[in-house]
Amino acid sequence: MSGLPGLYNYWIAVFLMMAGFYVVISQGNLVKKLVGLSLFQTSVFIFYISMGKVADGHAPILAEGVTVYSNPLPHVLILTAIVVGVATTAVGLALVVRINEAYGSVEEDEIQARDNAADKATGRSGGSGESPRT
Amino acid sequence: MVLLAFLVLIALAAIRMRDLFIVVMLFSVYSLMTAALFMDLDAVDVAFTEAAVGAGVTGVLMLSTLRLTGRWERRPSHGPLLPLIVVGITGAALIYGTLDAPLLGDPAAPVQQHVAPRYIEQGPVEVGMPNMVTAVLASYRGFDTFGETFVIFTAGIAVLLLLGIQEGPETRPGRTAIGDQLVLRVVVKMVIPLILLYALYVQFHGDFGAGGGFQAGVILATAFVLYDLVFGEGDARLVVPPSWLHRLGALGVLLYGAVGLYALFAGKPFLDYSALAHDPVHGQHLGVLLVELGVGITVFSIVLAIFYALSGRRKAS
Repeated sequence: MSGLPGLYNYWIAVFLMMAGFYVVISQGNLVKKLVGLSLFQTSVFIFYISMGKVADGHAPILAEGVTVYSNPLPHVLILTAIVVGVATTAVGLALVVRINEAYGSVEEDEIQARDNAADKATGRSGGSGESPRT
Repeated sequence: MVLLAFLVLIALAAIRMRDLFIVVMLFSVYSLMTAALFMDLDAVDVAFTEAAVGAGVTGVLMLSTLRLTGRWERRPSHGPLLPLIVVGITGAALIYGTLDAPLLGDPAAPVQQHVAPRYIEQGPVEVGMPNMVTAVLASYRGFDTFGETFVIFTAGIAVLLLLGIQEGPETRPGRTAIGDQLVLRVVVKMVIPLILLYALYVQFHGDFGAGGGFQAGVILATAFVLYDLVFGEGDARLVVPPSWLHRLGALGVLLYGAVGLYALFAGKPFLDYSALAHDPVHGQHLGVLLVELGVGITVFSIVLAIFYALSGRRKAS
């Protein structure tokens, strides 16, 4: 890993994070947004694990003749975060499934249009920007 | 280095695709790459958690969702210019922030100071197990892990509240298209016992090598997910009925909490494992074993429950 600029890993992490962020804010499909969110999440994992790396270090499992270990603390944090991440992503997916059943679509603007139409029908002022309904 | 470049390429390809099936597949490949990267950065425990979760379970859950919501993404109604500007500015700010960060692998970086040297030097002595990650996870930071186990449990409950696990006429075995593939059936039948055995090994050998409750739970769940995918829902549900799963999930969290409460009643702080045996190191061993078992049970049952809930959902007519 040596020989390349020492900040390379961080830059890639930032780039991947921005890629995920871009998907979340620019794409209308809710499933794709969740993929973007997972991308974002993984970039944070890469960032943490990169920070824990020590040059010439070994995996933090006690072994004969090894004196330099990488930092186990970020590993612990990220290990649990990955499993928590899949559980929370699953909650997001479950919400998407329910939204699809309620609206017949997982596209953001179609859902917005239906909300606005429903607001008009009930006589409330359906703003174009945000939907005040639950 | 090359791995990181690959990650960037995959991420870019995933953004451009409108076929969500391909996007999910790319994401699984991306996760596998990340796992390889973690391996390279010495994080073995993290690597195979990511391999099991990211490349395995997440992909299956997303595909189950796609089955219900449709495969194709519509072209977004607004242009990409504004999001690109926002992303560009944020990214530039973050890059600027990294410029005075310590270089990769610097042993004098602030991250490597503070508590980390103590974990590395004293961990194997105080907790008495070679795998420092397990020692920190289950002993030094037992509170955190308890909280995280609880978050997983809560997320599982949330999914069950939102979707429930549906029983229907389609849950009979042998009704999947994939089930006709003879080669697949035979290979899966041979592989599943190995996966189960490996999961148990990872669970109980986590103190000494890479592994622990989180990984074991996910690996055990993937065995059932695989069986379910190939042989139809009914069969897997006969082995582990859905009604057991939320009870098992609660049982794991309760086991973890009970270890903590036992220490409390023995006159020690919450989750102080030295209360479990006369010898503190024995106490640590027993405590970590029980706590990891609790984590393993919860993670297994919640992942499987989420899979049952998403994959068993019928399309609303």
